[in-house]
Amino acid sequence: MRTLHKFHGGVHPPTHKAESTRTPIAQAAIPSKLVISLHQHVGGRAKPIVQVGERVLKGQKIGLSQGRQSSGVHASTSGTVTAIDMQLVAHPSGLPDLCITIVPDGKDEWIEHSGADLKNTPHSELRHKLRKAGVVGLGGAVFPSDLKADAHRHKITTLVLNGAECEPYITCDDMLMRERAADILSGAELLRELLQAEEVLIGIEDNKPEAIAAMKRAIQDGRHERMEAIPVPTMYPSGGAKQLIRILTGIEVAHGVRSTEMGVQCFNVATAYSVWRALAHGEPLISRVVTVTGNVERAQNYEVLIGTPVNELVALAGNKPDTDRYIMGGPMMGVNLPAATVGVIKATNCIIAMSDALFPPAPPALPCIRCTRCADVCPAELQPQELYWFAKAKEFGKAQQYHLFDCIECGACSYVCPSHIPLVQYYTFAKSEIRARAEEKRNADRARERHEFREYRVEREKQEKAEKLAAKEKAAKEQAIKTQLASESALTETGAARPLETVQPEAALPKE
Amino acid sequence: MSAFFAPFLNKPDSVSQIMFKVLLALIPGIALYVWYFGPAILVSITLASITALATEAAMLKLRDRPIAPFLKDNSALLTAWLLALSIPPLAPWWMVVVGTAFAISVSKHLYGGLGNNPFNPAMIGYAVLIISFPVHMTHWITPHGLGQVELSFIDQLGYIFGGALPPNVTLDAVTMATPLDTLKTHLHLDEHVNQILDMPIYGRLAGQGSEMVAWGFLLGGLYLLASRIISWHIPVAYLGTLLLTSGIFHLADPAHYVTPLFHWFSGAAMIGAFFILTDPVTSPTTQKGKLIFAAMAGLITYLIRAFGGFPDGIAFATLLMNICVPLIDAWTQPPVFGNKETKP
Amino acid sequence: MLSALLVMAAIAIVLGAVLGFAAIKFRVQGNPLVDKIDAVLPQTQCGQCGFPGCKPYATAIAAGEATINKCPPGGEEGIQKLADLLGVDPIPFGGDTQPKPKSVAFIDENTCIGCTLCIQACPVDAIAGAAKQMHTIVAAECTGCELCVAPCPVDCISMLPIEEQITNWKWRYPVYPIQAAA
Repeated sequence: MRTLHKFHGGVHPPTHKAESTRTPIAQAAIPSKLVISLHQHVGGRAKPIVQVGERVLKGQKIGLSQGRQSSGVHASTSGTVTAIDMQLVAHPSGLPDLCITIVPDGKDEWIEHSGADLKNTPHSELRHKLRKAGVVGLGGAVFPSDLKADAHRHKITTLVLNGAECEPYITCDDMLMRERAADILSGAELLRELLQAEEVLIGIEDNKPEAIAAMKRAIQDGRHERMEAIPVPTMYPSGGAKQLIRILTGIEVAHGVRSTEMGVQCFNVATAYSVWRALAHGEPLISRVVTVTGNVERAQNYEVLIGTPVNELVALAGNKPDTDRYIMGGPMMGVNLPAATVGVIKATNCIIAMSDALFPPAPPALPCIRCTRCADVCPAELQPQELYWFAKAKEFGKAQQYHLFDCIECGACSYVCPSHIPLVQYYTFAKSEIRARAEEKRNADRARERHEFREYRVEREKQEKAEKLAAKEKAAKEQAIKTQLASESALTETGAARPLETVQPEAALPKE
Repeated sequence: MSAFFAPFLNKPDSVSQIMFKVLLALIPGIALYVWYFGPAILVSITLASITALATEAAMLKLRDRPIAPFLKDNSALLTAWLLALSIPPLAPWWMVVVGTAFAISVSKHLYGGLGNNPFNPAMIGYAVLIISFPVHMTHWITPHGLGQVELSFIDQLGYIFGGALPPNVTLDAVTMATPLDTLKTHLHLDEHVNQILDMPIYGRLAGQGSEMVAWGFLLGGLYLLASRIISWHIPVAYLGTLLLTSGIFHLADPAHYVTPLFHWFSGAAMIGAFFILTDPVTSPTTQKGKLIFAAMAGLITYLIRAFGGFPDGIAFATLLMNICVPLIDAWTQPPVFGNKETKP
Repeated sequence: MLSALLVMAAIAIVLGAVLGFAAIKFRVQGNPLVDKIDAVLPQTQCGQCGFPGCKPYATAIAAGEATINKCPPGGEEGIQKLADLLGVDPIPFGGDTQPKPKSVAFIDENTCIGCTLCIQACPVDAIAGAAKQMHTIVAAECTGCELCVAPCPVDCISMLPIEEQITNWKWRYPVYPIQAAA
């Protein structure tokens, strides 16, 4: 029996997972339109490569990855591009972003695609295929998987597969593991191959016995060596990558350190599944399993095309009339959607229909009484009450000194706070202020540098002009003398004056 | 629209519930208090509660803050109860009112209200009273069966509100000094501990009656520990240090220094360890910090009791250590996840 | 009497020598205070403070010749930072110097006649173009100083406030019921 490790803190919110696991994953119908964001991943926004009015096929690339940290975006079904414009997206800001709107033709016609020769394709080629297929982490971070499937020359001993799914209400990974365990494991084998990892540990919270059983059976049936499905104690946030790595291996990955440096890499089970579909079948990431739950008649998991408007999806599950808002993600970390019409993105693991009856409004917040329940539950072992004081007072330097950026924003502190203070919002506020300031500082430094260079240039030009003038005058004078005396020696002097005019090379410029 | 911020789930706890549970935990001690000393304490608790709520409301109004949510948080009530329990039950009504009003207005609201006060308000109230009215603060009710005369409840009310005792009853006949005070006085007279403890006001462990009240607070404290409202650090470190220091002195000179158990069960040691020092607002937030804070408070308590001029040392030990809290917190920041080896 | 005077004089000479030596040995190049102040200033080089750029303003503050409330692009926060740095009380902006939303210059390329006047005015060389050719602002380098607006003979430069987008969006300071009342 493997010894499991503990992480500090954690909470036990009511899970509400039974509601959406009664029926198998259903195929969601093709919606009336798809609103596909071009910013489905962290990093650079993809560039649209289709025109309005163009017919696209299912799986056709419509957004080209830009820059190193980026990923491709594809049409989820066949149809016509009707708009490429700014639309509301699933983002906490509630601001619009560039989206491609496709009206499906109902034929669901695939573009020509085929799987790779997995045995003989070099790893770099496979990684490139992942990037082209738009495979990103489906656990919520949406980090491009091709970048993560690269060990960066570190020796990877353990590949951790994250099936913990610790957030309440969400069951999409649970159902995926129950129904598609074999494909997940095949994906895990590919990732193990890409990372040259030794063992594969699959962490699953012990409130999902069916999923654990299915995965164990699939490991046996598939004769997977050095691969283990491990039940971990149910405790939010055990599904945080750092927390799960800690539970399974005992390794603590500090902030600012890549887990690969410590020999571990972590993927979500749904990502492993997408990796398998992308490489073995050549299918880009155009759909995912989404839990639809909350204030609906029949909470259920659906296989949903990326870009499906949330209201059309929730309608499938029988939206109740008093639903007045939607959350994407779980109730601990999810974001309030700015509109019901935003499209499902790759990060959408769950849609919760909300009503005041089901989720009563939080009582007004009181001042912090320093009870330190937040510190007791913080999985990053921070002192949230101190961070709160600093963020509130906008003492950002102090906040950083108290490890603000180690915060994983899991919300455990806010959940237990008896004063009902939205602690995490203070931290996200402080983090984004600090980042913005660092950016401003960089800009100011660059402006200073450019200004100083300009002053130097102006000065130099002035000097050059003056020198030229002086040289001209001198030359004129000498010319006069020459013509007077017809002397030969004056010529050499004019030549000697010339080097002063030469422009100094840029490399010698002051660069402060 | 509501619940703008994740987590969207119902919060399992609230300040008002926590404070309510602390009040609840005081009940066993209060019940025993009434049993051994009569119902006068209930009068001062009621008086202090009314004063606290009225002062709280007035201060909130003056500070232009919403009144209802803060009155409902039960924190003013807790201050009132703790203060009422630490002053003599027969204290005149105006003393209770002055002490409570000072505690709430000056030591709580002038520092920013709930959560912002550096000093324990109840202890500030106590300190103000003991410095301003030292004589009144030494007249404690004699427990049942010990005094020559016993005042009826009506008589007690008469004294608290009117300052008048029944004819031919003197104040000294119905009150006495606390066991700790008596001990100190008699030690000054060069009497031995054994002799002193034979006096009728002492019971099995400490003062007759008051030792039982301490048991009541211990019981309530254990409930607080069990319901995770307080952590073990402060009570254990406080009582431990008190035990250690008093134990050393007792072993060295049993004739002049009483046993550690006497210290545990007399004065405000139990209520201090579980209810006063553990006030989250005025105690450190880190575990190490709590240990240091409580240990130092225990040491100061013992020093004041054994060598100081005041009968008990909890209030001043608490206030002195309250000053150090920010420093202790800053010095005892624990390492964060993933940084355990590299940083202290 | 005389010996006492001599001793005192000797001490004075020795101490003076030590001080003098320290002054040479630990000499700080340039004026560090000016650099510190300059680091706080937003480097728009806009001249709204009445000095020809951020560094001259920093020099003037260091010399006590200018107040710290002359830099609108730095905002209230800039004043606060300067106040903290110099250990003085923050003072509010005067009547006509008020901070404005951050913006970048934009050249209407249809109207531009290619006179290069704006290029000469730009303190950070953020305008590209040559004589008789259309000019363009390099938006990433533009500090929003507005110095190019006035010289333009055809008024083709306008200042566009930077709009909030997902890429530059910041989390708001949380405001919740009791806080709002507090």
